[in-house]
Amino acid sequence: MPKDGGIGASSKRREDVRFLTGAGNYTDDINIRGQAHVFFLRSDVAHGTLNAVNTAAAEAMPGVVKVFTGADFEAVGGMPCGWQVTDKHGEPMQEPRHPILAHGKVRHVGEPIAAVVADTLEQARDAAEAIEVDITELPAVIDMKAAVASDDVKVHDDLTSNLCYDWGFVEENKAATDEAFEKAAHVTTLELVNNRLVANPMEPRVAVGDYARGTQDHTLYTTSQNPHVIRLLMGAFVLGIPEHKLRVVAPDVGGGFGTKIFHYQEEAFVTFAAKACNRPVKWTSSRSEAFMSDAHGRDHVTKIELALDAEHNFTAVRTETFANMGAYLSTFAPSIPTWLHGTLMAGNYKTPLIYVNVKAVFTNTVPVDAYRGAGRPEATFQLERVIDKAARELGVDPVDLRRQNFITEFPYATPVAVEYDTGDYHATMDKVLALSDRDGFAARRKESEAKGKLRGFGINCFIEACGIAPSNLVGQLGARAGLYESATVRVNATGGLVVMTGSHSHGQGHETSFAQVVADMIGIDENMIEIVHGDTANTPMGMGTYGSRSIAVGGSAMVRATEKIIAKAKKIASHLLEASESDIELKDGAFSVAGTDKSVAWGDVTLAAYVPHNYPLEDIEPGLEETAFYDPSNFTYPAGAYTCEVEVDPATGEVSIERFASADDFGNVINPMIVEGQVHGGIAQGIGQALLENCTYDENGQLLSASYMDYAMPRADNLPEMTHYVVDHSCQTPCTHNPLGVKGCGEAGAIGSPPTVINAIIDALQSGGHKVDHLDMPATPARVWAAMQG
Amino acid sequence: MYNFEVETPGSVADAVAALGREDAQALGGGQTLIPTLKQRLASPSVLVCLSGIAEMKGVCRTDDGQITIGGGTTHAAVAKATAESFPGLSGLASHIGDPAVRNRGTIGGSLANNDPSACYPAAALGAGATIVTNAREIAADDFFQGMFTTDLEEGEIITEVRFPVPEVSNYQKFVQPASRFALVGVFVAKFGDGVRVAVTGASNDGVFRWTDAEAALSANFSAEALGGLSISDDDMISDLHGTAAYRAHLVGVMTKRAVTSAA
Ligand SMILES: Cc1cc2nc3c(=O)[nH]c(=O)nc-3n(C[C@H](O)[C@H](O)[C@H](O)COP(=O)(O)OP(=O)(O)OC[C@H]3O[C@@H](n4cnc5c(N)ncnc54)[C@H](O)[C@@H]3O)c2cc1C
Repeated sequence: MPKDGGIGASSKRREDVRFLTGAGNYTDDINIRGQAHVFFLRSDVAHGTLNAVNTAAAEAMPGVVKVFTGADFEAVGGMPCGWQVTDKHGEPMQEPRHPILAHGKVRHVGEPIAAVVADTLEQARDAAEAIEVDITELPAVIDMKAAVASDDVKVHDDLTSNLCYDWGFVEENKAATDEAFEKAAHVTTLELVNNRLVANPMEPRVAVGDYARGTQDHTLYTTSQNPHVIRLLMGAFVLGIPEHKLRVVAPDVGGGFGTKIFHYQEEAFVTFAAKACNRPVKWTSSRSEAFMSDAHGRDHVTKIELALDAEHNFTAVRTETFANMGAYLSTFAPSIPTWLHGTLMAGNYKTPLIYVNVKAVFTNTVPVDAYRGAGRPEATFQLERVIDKAARELGVDPVDLRRQNFITEFPYATPVAVEYDTGDYHATMDKVLALSDRDGFAARRKESEAKGKLRGFGINCFIEACGIAPSNLVGQLGARAGLYESATVRVNATGGLVVMTGSHSHGQGHETSFAQVVADMIGIDENMIEIVHGDTANTPMGMGTYGSRSIAVGGSAMVRATEKIIAKAKKIASHLLEASESDIELKDGAFSVAGTDKSVAWGDVTLAAYVPHNYPLEDIEPGLEETAFYDPSNFTYPAGAYTCEVEVDPATGEVSIERFASADDFGNVINPMIVEGQVHGGIAQGIGQALLENCTYDENGQLLSASYMDYAMPRADNLPEMTHYVVDHSCQTPCTHNPLGVKGCGEAGAIGSPPTVINAIIDALQSGGHKVDHLDMPATPARVWAAMQG
Repeated sequence: MYNFEVETPGSVADAVAALGREDAQALGGGQTLIPTLKQRLASPSVLVCLSGIAEMKGVCRTDDGQITIGGGTTHAAVAKATAESFPGLSGLASHIGDPAVRNRGTIGGSLANNDPSACYPAAALGAGATIVTNAREIAADDFFQGMFTTDLEEGEIITEVRFPVPEVSNYQKFVQPASRFALVGVFVAKFGDGVRVAVTGASNDGVFRWTDAEAALSANFSAEALGGLSISDDDMISDLHGTAAYRAHLVGVMTKRAVTSAA
């Protein structure tokens, strides 16, 4: 349904004009008069005792303002963790202190040891080379199982072990689950690695701290997905700055993918140093620094078992996962392998018994936290891979095995504590099979074989929990924050609107799609609406953008605020039209009296609100501005089915993706073009994980994939031709509990695609007679070739 | 970067003189050297910029039929100029890096650098080129002396590279997925008097000639002739992107493909 504007229209992204013409305002574009630059001296060893940091020579270097070490931050709070997980014995997780600059010990390559503030960046770098660091290197612990098996090397001496927590979910289901495995007609077991990734947004992180001595106001400009969260965490827990004296601005942000959710040391540092040096202080990450200081993603080692009865019904799922936390707890790290992973282990299936065990482990590596999908790709990958393996073992069609076990009645309460409100998994399966022309696959396989290639078809389903949500629920689960969203809608006298949202856009296109919603509700042109986000000084307290929550939660808050605006505007209109309020209708930007030709335009009503000469002052206040906070009653549950066709070159092990199709159910869709872009991008990242990306440490904790020379990002030619890269969102079961009926689409592609690719490669290899039943990601040519050699 | 001075000579003679200064280093296209400077891994006090030297640029055919390429000629210029006359070389040059790299990086810089995964060394060795410097002529067989090591003396400039033109040739590059340099690259050149095969990306010793394959192909220039041949993985590189065994295997596959595609 192509429309000219409003909900359902593929309006062009208005923000792209400035992004594509060099007129964006990114954090690195912000330069404040008198600003100094900081360079962080980072550890080049993974683990060591920090005996001394001598900065005397550095301090005497040209241009140096001040040199900071861990000692300067002793009076300041450490980096906070925003989620406390309770282990299977009811005990809280182990939570180590996380200093702003290393103190006593260094625990990963890249950990900042000292910071030099100087007039220029090059002067700061020169001075950093003059700092004498005395470190006694200690053996590093990198392998998670080794870290848990022995305490010989402890990342944190003051913790009892390297185990952050040992989580069982649902603990009450454990005995029954074990029993179901004993009774099972068939059990399929799969051990796998979910590879560690580096998010690599195009824009590296940047932070600029500023301090106004006169008013004692602090400002932090930062590349963040959630400026209010940074303000709260940094102000309250790290630096002790009251929120009314701290402004956090996240202007145009060039991609986040999760890694810009978290509160980082560099943000706290520049805010602190701006006051200490009485000068604005700027830090811009280099790409090399990003590899060793941005939180990484994924890094799970999992054993999953699937129990089936004689009729191939799934009777139980049991998993054991080791989840890497890295050396410290990043802001939301503990929640990812637990509440964003364990709760999704039912997938699209009515498995009655599920038990998930997760051991979160400290290692001498960069902290690991949310990356696009966060926990849900890990859940989907293991479940959809083990189902595929089971289908092969049982000799049944992987599509039939899935269909047979689909959940078909909604709402559906899973055994892992969530309730799916709506869905139609057969519909998305039917759709993707049609889109992918599965019937024509046999012929295409023959063509590939004629060229000496192996061709495989992969399929899988996925479900995710998005719009991360109800504050009271997440509070029970350990979140140290609420998860509502906010919006203020300000109508100006001449009828234009400014929507100030607590959501944040860093590539998602809010400025366009949010405006479409309000335009639709009032019936005015979307260009009359401006979307403002990213500055705590002019937006209401909001929780920001991650977990595909912007439209579902932030959009809902905006709808609620707009409803309040419309209700008040109707009151004003009824006064102007001398009619009863209940008779007033709003359509196409005009208020009319039902059943008459009397009407008054939107602009006349807004003008009356601010020039209240003829106005019901005794009943309502002048002005037209409303705020709403929206706290959803449940997550949303986007779901879908994906297919992929690969060609494998048996001579080299090289995999090429020939076709990819996705059928997603996102509920209602605001802007189809933006949704398709999100899915295309998500799938590209999923293909990156499946075929290319791998963050690798050696046994000493040196980061081997520390630049683009060794960390392979997906590129356009790794993706199928656009004609065979089909994304569909026509299957829509609207969310039942938010006003727009939307579910969120930002992460789906990255969640649903990795198992699709691997399932297809396994299918290809098996067709060539290779007895390969699993490949760990990334399926590089070298790995695929080695697997074919047996 | 550390501070340095820049010299912009207009002739080879001036460049040689400038390179006589203490800690001076030649700057070709900067596609290797500039990133190295940015990471503070090198600290020359003077950069001698070769890109303004007209006599080091361009491609021509000499009277004896060889193709002569100025040491300061960019990859893009080589790809264009040799498309008809030496498609094997043109194909190689047109797949180095991306357009930005190809429009800056030079053949002289690439050969002088002798990265073990670089493409040009395979062409120079595979075609039996002559590397001409401001001081002398060096046969490719003597020029490459292990990874990042060449026969060049301090301050010596590659002014041109002379390629005998093979009857047919081809370069097959199996890319390292991240850098897209050669995980294994093989250049095959068939001349009237025999076949040369040079391999890059694979060996700890840098580019080398696969003499067994040369013998087999000189007798019978066909992929089948390579059928029974394999190469030892003893000195092959093992890293994140492939084991020694995988690289040794790829040498065989890429050589066959180069023979089949030779034009
Ligand atoms: C993103 C990227 C991708 C790349 N991909 C590939 C690839 O796929 N295959 C490949 O082969 N290469 C690749 N390269 C390397 C590229 O080809 C470089 O251009 C080349 O290696 C160096 O050439 P340059 O002219 O840039 O030399 P510079 O970087 O300027 O210099 C390199 C070295 O050579 C010396 N030098 C330069 N010119 C001369 C001369 N005329 N005589 C003597 N010494 C000289 C310099 O002093 C320096 O030591 C890539 C580079 C980048 C940045």
